[in-house]
Amino acid sequence: MAGGEPRPTETGSTPVDHRYDASLSVNLQDLRDFFLTYQSVIGFAGINGLLALSVYATLSCGQLSLANAGFMAIGAYASALLTVHASLPFAVVLLAGTVAPALLAVPLGLPVLRLRGVFLAIATIGFGEVVRLGFVNWEYTNGALGLVGIPQRAGLGSILAALAVTLFLFLRLRGTRTGCALEAIREDEAAARTMGIDSTAHKLAMLTLGAAVAGLAGALEAHFTFMVSPGGYTFGRAVDMLVFAVVGGTAHPLGPLVGAAFLTALPEILRAAGSSIGIPPGPLRLFLNGAILLAVILFLPEGIASLWRRYGRRRVREGHAA
Amino acid sequence: MTQQVVNGVFLGSIYALFALGYTLVFGVLDMLNLAHQAVFMLCAFVALSLVAGLHLHILLAFPVAVVVAGLLGLLIERIAFRPLRRRANSNISGLISSLALATLFESIALGVWGPEVSRFPFGTIPSRQLRIGGAVVQELQLVIICVSILMMVALTVLLRKTPLGRQIRAVAESGLSARVLGVHVDRVVAASFFISSALGGAAGVLFGLAFNSISPDVGRSVELKGLAVIIVGGMGSMPGAVAAGFALGLLEVFTVARFGSSYRDAVSFAALFLVLIARPRGIFGKAQGRVA
Repeated sequence: MAGGEPRPTETGSTPVDHRYDASLSVNLQDLRDFFLTYQSVIGFAGINGLLALSVYATLSCGQLSLANAGFMAIGAYASALLTVHASLPFAVVLLAGTVAPALLAVPLGLPVLRLRGVFLAIATIGFGEVVRLGFVNWEYTNGALGLVGIPQRAGLGSILAALAVTLFLFLRLRGTRTGCALEAIREDEAAARTMGIDSTAHKLAMLTLGAAVAGLAGALEAHFTFMVSPGGYTFGRAVDMLVFAVVGGTAHPLGPLVGAAFLTALPEILRAAGSSIGIPPGPLRLFLNGAILLAVILFLPEGIASLWRRYGRRRVREGHAA
Repeated sequence: MTQQVVNGVFLGSIYALFALGYTLVFGVLDMLNLAHQAVFMLCAFVALSLVAGLHLHILLAFPVAVVVAGLLGLLIERIAFRPLRRRANSNISGLISSLALATLFESIALGVWGPEVSRFPFGTIPSRQLRIGGAVVQELQLVIICVSILMMVALTVLLRKTPLGRQIRAVAESGLSARVLGVHVDRVVAASFFISSALGGAAGVLFGLAFNSISPDVGRSVELKGLAVIIVGGMGSMPGAVAAGFALGLLEVFTVARFGSSYRDAVSFAALFLVLIARPRGIFGKAQGRVA
């Protein structure tokens, strides 16, 4: 709709009729309003995108790791403690949140990466639970109540910047020697090893990278939502991250982002569309999560992002996902 | 001390029953059914509704609920596992699809019964106590232990003596060979799921009776313990599941007695890690070579 009267220019000279580009200025205004209203959803979509990428890191070399909720918790708590007790600059705090879980990923990965498929998944689930239980029982961090009152130092800017950097990292990895090695490991680890690829080193590297990204996401979330508590890092959280990645598609780094954005926005979309069913929002959202995941894994195993590949301009043959 | 043993055996019998269902499906399909814990939870709720809503006696509600659980197992197999069997790389897909179903079941439970803890109506559970060798044993505990052991024995008889049991073992050994020999593999897999979920559901009802607190997230904590049990016992090994179930139950009770309850879950995971690092195939598991 037209913006109304032409506005006087800054210099106070004769007002130019801006009606032709009134639509342009209205759009900017609408955009800004949209951002303000949905700031938190966008922020969470960004954080979830980071988490989805952290799961993608291990999925891209064929490993299913559900430990990232634990790594996220470590990053969140480390950064929150530093902010609350040491008042360090935000960048340092974020760095600590990224590095701390990465350091822990190495001693975890060495014994655990020997295990195949489902055993690895179970071991990582166990790790995540041990971390969570550790925080629940640690009095220094208020146990099950967690830390509150963390100043909000993370905004959309830092979240989206972190996401952009991480995405860039993963995109750059494709096509490099390492990236191709990871794909080879994913396709057939034994064959990759016979070609001289050190699969254990690569898998460990991706586990560490995933841990770092998850820790970064945790640190950002802690400073975005003012609080950390062990209840936010349960097995269910790890499953959510996996769902983001799988629903989006694990053949390309953009897939997890698509999945995370879609699934984060879904409750808002539903709320806007109006829920006339007599079920309270909690179970319904969970039901839809399950239904969507089931539908995707049964009918669209390569994720939503694969739709673009299938019907996009170029048809490129790529390896299978999940 | 005897008290702890009794408590441990009691807890362990429920874990063992739950783990048996898990390991049966893994042995047959080489896939983990993550919806097992949802059946565990739903069956407890079904029994609760039968007793509280329809005023059935618990002795009648129990078998009905167990059959319902078995039917749920058939549903799980049909929806989450059968369509994926034809795919080449079904290791993660089966996990994810059963996980999705578990989420669905949990949401249904939340919608129907709500998130609060539900309890069996007063008088459902016998509350007499006995004294055995210095320990106070609830009549309920004895009943649960007996029912669990009975079901385990029934399962063993089924697997060892009946034609269906032979077919299940054949499919677990090699699905292709079984099919070549004329075994109706789809039907056998469905039957395995029925039995597995019936066992899991039975464990759920017993758990609900034992602790008299049922909520939609009760499956989650048991699920992880169940995973620990089958890993420690050996994936695909029934005696392993039973032995490890009892062992973990005892371990948990003794840990709580000695160190306090905040470590009760940690001990299962510690055992899990230890076994995964030292002997991944578990105590009774067979070493699995690479399947070409």
